[in-house]
Amino acid sequence: MKLLRLVPERTNFRFMHWRVLSFPLSGITAILAIVLFLSIGLNYGIDFKGGTLIELQSRSGPADLSEIRRSLGGLNLGDVQVQEFGSPTEVLIRIETQGDGEGAQQDVVESVRSTFADGYEFRRTEVVGPRVSGELAYAGTLAVGSALLVIMFYIWFRFEWQFAVGAIITTFNDILLTVGLFAVLQLDFTLSSIAAVLTIIGYSLNDTVVVYDRIRENLRRYKRLSMEELLDKSINETLSRTTMTSATTLIALFALYFLGGEVIQSFVLAMIFGIVIGTYSSIFLASPLLMLMKLRTSVFTRKDDEKSHVKSV
Amino acid sequence: MLHFARWKIALIIVVVLGGIFTTLPNFFPASTVQSWPDFMPKRQIVLGLDLQGGAYLLYEVDKEDYKEKQFRQLVGSIRRALRENQRIGYTGLSIQGDGVQVRIRDSARFDEAEQRLAKLLNPLNSGVFGSATVNEFALEPQGNGLFRMAFSEEGLEMRLASVVKQSIEVIRRRVDELGTTEPSIQRQGTDRILVEAPGESDPQRLKDVIGATAQLTFHLVSQEMSASQALQGRPPNGTIVVKGSDGQPYLLDENPLLTGEELQDASVAFDQQTNEPVVNFRFNTAGARIFADTTRANVGRPFAIVLDDEVITAPVIRQPITGGSGQISGSFTVDGANDLAVLLRAGALPARLDVVEERSVGPGLGQDSINSGKIASIVAAAAVVIFMLAAYGQFGIIANLALASNVFLIFGVLTTLQATLTLPGIAGVVLTIGMAVDANVLIYERIREEARAGRSAIGSIDAGFSRALGTILDANITTLIVAVILFFIGSGPVKGFAVTLMVGIFTTVFSAFTISRFLISIWVKLKRPSKLPI
Repeated sequence: MKLLRLVPERTNFRFMHWRVLSFPLSGITAILAIVLFLSIGLNYGIDFKGGTLIELQSRSGPADLSEIRRSLGGLNLGDVQVQEFGSPTEVLIRIETQGDGEGAQQDVVESVRSTFADGYEFRRTEVVGPRVSGELAYAGTLAVGSALLVIMFYIWFRFEWQFAVGAIITTFNDILLTVGLFAVLQLDFTLSSIAAVLTIIGYSLNDTVVVYDRIRENLRRYKRLSMEELLDKSINETLSRTTMTSATTLIALFALYFLGGEVIQSFVLAMIFGIVIGTYSSIFLASPLLMLMKLRTSVFTRKDDEKSHVKSV
Repeated sequence: MLHFARWKIALIIVVVLGGIFTTLPNFFPASTVQSWPDFMPKRQIVLGLDLQGGAYLLYEVDKEDYKEKQFRQLVGSIRRALRENQRIGYTGLSIQGDGVQVRIRDSARFDEAEQRLAKLLNPLNSGVFGSATVNEFALEPQGNGLFRMAFSEEGLEMRLASVVKQSIEVIRRRVDELGTTEPSIQRQGTDRILVEAPGESDPQRLKDVIGATAQLTFHLVSQEMSASQALQGRPPNGTIVVKGSDGQPYLLDENPLLTGEELQDASVAFDQQTNEPVVNFRFNTAGARIFADTTRANVGRPFAIVLDDEVITAPVIRQPITGGSGQISGSFTVDGANDLAVLLRAGALPARLDVVEERSVGPGLGQDSINSGKIASIVAAAAVVIFMLAAYGQFGIIANLALASNVFLIFGVLTTLQATLTLPGIAGVVLTIGMAVDANVLIYERIREEARAGRSAIGSIDAGFSRALGTILDANITTLIVAVILFFIGSGPVKGFAVTLMVGIFTTVFSAFTISRFLISIWVKLKRPSKLPI
């Protein structure tokens, strides 16, 4: 039987040559993402902005959006968004935080409930008060920050400092681009988006670590190769694995995207995007960065003996 | 690498069978599982609120409201303390900002006044440090006869802690009596209470029952002037105007005759004439005596029953009520009367609670999410299985067997730990399916390389495994770090995602190190290959 191969058995791409392209490209996209983040900004969901989110399902026939907008307009609730959600019978309503303290949010829910209780079923109600939303935003930032930090130390401990810095820059780039995607598409940025970003961090590092692992191994084995040749060789050797794993993960995620339901679609979309970015960056960014930091073929020669005892498998 | 000791083989088989065994109940309806014999596992996976529907309510003690209530009482105590034998003249006794102020008129008696006020500091036993006591209030002489009393920092903290504790008890009693669901009620942080009610289909009623302060008081209606007169000017000293549930204002004596604390029981009944639902209540002995004395002295006067700053009803006392029981009627619905009885039996909340976060999911959405999650997982798994077969042939079968045991292990562990499966958690499982094969991919690609480098078939398999394992560990530990952080920082559904991710990492590493290796060793023994099939 002829087996499926995503890349030829032996590849010899000159990835390091492409860094004259990939570095500026990553720089530009990263800056673009920052500019988008600062100009358009993220479409923060109620988790971080506070407010009320209500999902309704019409009891009979398609939901009448303009009628809903009109009734809500009469309730005097400030900024209100009404949109179809997944199917014509389902509607998502977002209402901004009301001014007067925590209790005011509950009054909104009650008045919306009494307005629509007859014609609609309340599928989901989420209310986040102003205090909690501030705390959630803090926790989210803390989560991403501490994840980056702990991983940096882990890689520093397992490899050399150049690897740690390279991995962090690569991961940071992935996060920036994902945030940029959220800004461009104006996807709801919620707690699950933070979970998606963290998963992307995990996945992107997973890829990077596999390549770095090979670089470390080759550094010990081929002492005479130039750094550029050695990095190219390492990436080419792991290329088959990198593409295979990205493929299986993407297959699974696409199934989830199309069949998993409306509620987690933006969560999954962010992960799909992140995995594509993560794969790209572990090839075109993570390893070339090592050259930039003057990693020498000799780094492991001194420690080689002691380390090989620990890690001989 | 390819040799396995007998006990190791046994262990691997036991673990995999254990995974299948503990996952088994999840394939059957709960009622079927309960009728199974005792040796069978009966635990089913716990579904999160987003999947089974239900309400997640985070309450916070309204500190300002609580402080104001305490200050109002403090004003009363200060008034009494200064007025009692040998009255000390004072002026301007009132709540000012974050405390209570009073100015003493007679400069010769400042010290005496300070001593009397110092008795009101209300020492609380901190308990933690044993003998050390903490005063609830701090007395701050401002000079020139002006005194200010405010909460001490520790005092307020301890008070809030006990308010939270009491509130949890009250909420539990109320919800238990409602009897619709079995919610979990927990303290969160210093001043918050988390109520999670799985399966609750009417979160509004739950909120109404939990959120009502249920402060019941009985007041005599003041006859100094009519309520509308009082509204135009200023209500006379010692009286307050309270709105009625019918919208009409009432002028009442400020000090209640009795409060809900003197109630012994409350129940729903039906009025014999109108057939409307009413709430019957009975006072305890002390309450009954006060009630009898008051009604005897005030025949012909109306009195008001006030619930949470609203007059429910204000009947006229026709004759002394000596039996210690009474009736509240006020055009209730049956549910309304029932809820009021529950509230009265369970007692009042010590302070107002605000909902600061609410997430409720109806049963319909939950079921839809389960269905789409199931379909998506099955399709994802099937696609990955086909892909692995196409890419690795016979070795793909082995990878898929390892994947299958991996999935059973994940669900087995989740079921055994009774961890909560949420919608993002299902996404975590699907992601794990995608990434679980990564371990096999790493191993197989490594075997291919070793073969290209000129090793024999068995030699390449052996070398491929040993070289790939280090990489697998490194790659999974980084993901594990992320999952652990998510677990500690995330809440609700996100936490569920972190849990499945963590469990998935452990089972993936386990199945790569043992199950795949074991299956390949069997394959090698059977085939004795001279050439690799990949």
